Amino acid sequence: MTLATRALAYGFPSRTVGRDVDLAFPEGEIVCLLGPNGGGKTTLLRTLLGLLAPLAGEVTLDGKPLGAWPARDRATRLAYVPQAAESYFDFSLAEMVEMGRTAHRGIFATPGPLDRKIAREGLARLGIERLADRPIHGVSGGERQLALIARALATQASHLLMDEPTASLDFANQSLILDEVARLRASGAAILFTTHHPDHALRIADRVILLRGGAVLAEGETFATLNSENLSALYGRPIDVAEAVSPDGSRRRTCIARESPRLN
Amino acid sequence: MMLAPARFALGLAVSAAALLALVAWSFTVGRFAVSPHDVANVLWSSLLGEESGLARNVDAIVLQVRAPRVAAALAVGAALAAAGAAYQNLFKNPLVSPDILGVSAGCSLGAGLAVLLSLSITMMQAFAFVGGLVAVGLVVAIGTWIRGRDPILTLVLTGVVVGSLFGAGVALVKYVADPYNQLPAITFWLLGSFTGALPRDLPVTLVPIAAGVALIWLLRWRIDVLALSDDEARTLGIDVRQLRFVVIVAATLITASAVALAGTIGWVGLLVPHAARLVTGAAFARVLPLSLVLGAGFMLAVDTACRTLFATEIPPGVVTAFVGTPVFIALLALTFRRSA
Repeated sequence: MTLATRALAYGFPSRTVGRDVDLAFPEGEIVCLLGPNGGGKTTLLRTLLGLLAPLAGEVTLDGKPLGAWPARDRATRLAYVPQAAESYFDFSLAEMVEMGRTAHRGIFATPGPLDRKIAREGLARLGIERLADRPIHGVSGGERQLALIARALATQASHLLMDEPTASLDFANQSLILDEVARLRASGAAILFTTHHPDHALRIADRVILLRGGAVLAEGETFATLNSENLSALYGRPIDVAEAVSPDGSRRRTCIARESPRLN
Repeated sequence: MMLAPARFALGLAVSAAALLALVAWSFTVGRFAVSPHDVANVLWSSLLGEESGLARNVDAIVLQVRAPRVAAALAVGAALAAAGAAYQNLFKNPLVSPDILGVSAGCSLGAGLAVLLSLSITMMQAFAFVGGLVAVGLVVAIGTWIRGRDPILTLVLTGVVVGSLFGAGVALVKYVADPYNQLPAITFWLLGSFTGALPRDLPVTLVPIAAGVALIWLLRWRIDVLALSDDEARTLGIDVRQLRFVVIVAATLITASAVALAGTIGWVGLLVPHAARLVTGAAFARVLPLSLVLGAGFMLAVDTACRTLFATEIPPGVVTAFVGTPVFIALLALTFRRSA
């Protein structure tokens, strides 16, 4: 099943953010959406989820326009992972993840044994099953974010769309989230995530989409696309891509913003 | 630490036992003391349809005076707490309540108009329902239209403003009301009171309350999802606008029925579900039953105190405010200091 856009113009009725966007997200791939603030990352993500209607062109899922999918069918194919908020009601992690099952059940239903089992499996796959009964305020920001990813897994969707899953997390927790997301590649789902850190894309993404001013600046395989030229154009500042060698000999690419003299 | 479901079972058992004891006690105390043994006797024989063999006035006190009043206090307390719990999930805020959102003021204006027009209790209920629905509809519509950076704050402020607008309407109704008949009725009723609870009015009130509570109980899992952000709820497959409308109608029906029976009694809808959530976590399937029992118990305790503490009765709304204000301030401090 592929999520795709064709000649898409997206944004708000009062303001078009971007136009002529043609993208495809087949299953089994981790794609990273990069771009400066206001570049349209979140707006595009919300359009892909069907939360915003396309202004022109279309978003299709399995060849059928997103708007033609019944809400419940769509919800069991496209899952949304928001940034973990502070303001949640005090649900337990298990209850939070079980909510991923709502679209599979009727209007008056409550979670059954199967839903509980699937929720537990989701928590287990992200390594936080031991926290299942803890209240959401009683775990770290990273663990809360993992629970939201587990909820997306519980929907059994083919596409997981994550809005800055590493934002507002400390260094260790960012690393934790990235490792867990990379591990989900084996599940065969399509994963799309947005981030402010090109390093996160270099670490786990198969493919990157660079978004500036709402338009696709460049798109393609991660290492080929994330070069100095593209990154400098994307962020409007000189950026180098370097290769770092860890003490254990492993090599990894990383971005370094070049120091630029002040002009005034 | 105990898990939330275990705390729920314990909390429900303890509060249900306390509620039973409170009901029993409330039947015995008052201007005319009746022994627990006589109360049990009267209730038991009335249940079997027999004569209790006790003095006529004991029969009358228990069955005609106290029973409807106890039933009304239980029903109104449970109703306001249930509606408050639903509103709190609906607006994703544990500090909202029917009174803060202007619902109570809307219900008051509707009911006040009904008194002005000398209508029956059923019509009064219908008027209160429409008034409440108009008020909450206005609050939601204005809040959506403004779309502020902080939607919850916008909503609460809008609620205060709409509430004061309807309050002005109530003042106008009082101004034009007949000062000998209608005005005392309206004033008395605005302060909240269970003295007017007549046995024949009870079914008219209890049926819509039960219907509203049944509906939000059936929707309990969906109501949990409503407490998430709209984007999350929508991507989980929920038709947020439709569900929100259904829950608003149910919660407003519950509030309006309670207001039509006993006037505006604040604070119950705010404090009780909040307390329930502190005990048992946020899952609505646990918050609702616990709120019903705690709300019923709290209201009965307040009303029993109102009719026994002093030589003259004091309005229950006054007592809930005296209790509610300090508790609310404590909750505010607890909620906001932690996040600061």
